[in-house]
Amino acid sequence: MEELFAKPEIRKPENIVYKKTDLMVDRPLSYCPGCGHGTVHRILMEVIEEMDIQGDTIGVSPVGCSVLAYDFLDIDMLGAAHGRAPALATAIKRLWPHRFVFTYQGDGDLAAIGTAETIHACNRGENITIIFINNGIYGMTGGQMAPTTLPGMRSSTSPYGRDVLTMGYPLKMTELVAQLPGTHYVTRQSVHTPGNARKTKKAIRKAFDIQKEKKGVGWIEVVSNCNSGWKMTPVQANKWMEDNMFPFYPLGDIKVDGKLIEVAK
Amino acid sequence: MAKIKGDIVINTERCKGCEVCIAACPFGVIAMSKEVNSKGYHYAMKVNDECTGCTNCAIVCPDGVITVYRAKVTTE
Ligand SMILES: Cc1ncc(C[n+]2csc(CCOP(=O)(O)OP(=O)(O)O)c2C)c(N)n1
Ligand code: SF4
Ligand code: SF4
Ligand code: SF4
Ligand SMILES: [Mg+2]
Repeated sequence: MEELFAKPEIRKPENIVYKKTDLMVDRPLSYCPGCGHGTVHRILMEVIEEMDIQGDTIGVSPVGCSVLAYDFLDIDMLGAAHGRAPALATAIKRLWPHRFVFTYQGDGDLAAIGTAETIHACNRGENITIIFINNGIYGMTGGQMAPTTLPGMRSSTSPYGRDVLTMGYPLKMTELVAQLPGTHYVTRQSVHTPGNARKTKKAIRKAFDIQKEKKGVGWIEVVSNCNSGWKMTPVQANKWMEDNMFPFYPLGDIKVDGKLIEVAK
Repeated sequence: MAKIKGDIVINTERCKGCEVCIAACPFGVIAMSKEVNSKGYHYAMKVNDECTGCTNCAIVCPDGVITVYRAKVTTE
């Protein structure tokens, strides 16, 4: 179809102010329309490009919808067994201490099957970055309940809503690891609005920067949507996330420079 | 008088029609097409001349399909 509002006088290479980084492989993403995984992938690659460390970075992809991250991120990547990304990242970082090493994990991966690896890597103070995409559900396998599923939240295995008396309480991994002396920077962000996406980018940058200082884990939780699992349109899911996920998983820094942020009670 | 003007180019074949960019645009520049692309998705398109090149839409697009241009133009 012909474009009605094209502006050829502005649409010139020298006027480009934003384009997808070449560190994203030029290939359609496997994610559902509107899924935050794609946004986080792109801003992570923007940080790596801005730091010019694409040749010095090794990522570890999880099991979950982002299992294929290695197909989209044009850097060295390894795929870990389900939940084991922090253990693999530990090995990589110890063998190559001058590389930037990160894990990219969903909540099922990081907070269910991989809880032990996550907590111990944080407690050992490994000099790695952990990027944790919390959509409160097992997206890939069909929307089953995760440890992070909210009280009362419906999923395919809690069709009447999560009953905490029989199904347990949601696990706030980010607050939990912030208590450990091995974590240096711990924050919770989102990518559903331009302002939030820009903050997440700054947070990822900070977490990569502290790898140079060798002060322990940099941790970024991104509260994200799972439109398919939540059975909503992407725009509805983002609104639902603001109304339901953020009160339980509030955004903001939790630990900076190794110190817990005091929150007004 | 100099004015900042913007423009966007949408890779309509890669757009998945999620509409997240529409909510992010302060000037109502984007709406969905009636037609679908070869994957069957309605795609984002420009529907007015108000773009300032603020990059908001491109930053939230999960599929990274928007390129943004910005330039100073002189008006009488
Ligand atoms: C050892 C093992 N157990 C179970 C599975 C099945 N499985 C695949 S992905 C997944 C959960 C993924 O959820 P999450 O980490 O939240 O990622 P999302 O898809 O939501 O991004 C499970 C249980 C598996 N692949 N391997
Ligand atoms: S199932 Fe959920 S997490 Fe997975 S790609 Fe779709 S929206 Fe994203
Ligand atoms: S660059 Fe800004 S003004 Fe232009 S379409 Fe995108 S969000 Fe709207
Ligand atoms: S955010 Fe991107 S993929 Fe979604 S409708 Fe807009 S241009 Fe298309
Ligand atoms: Mg998940």
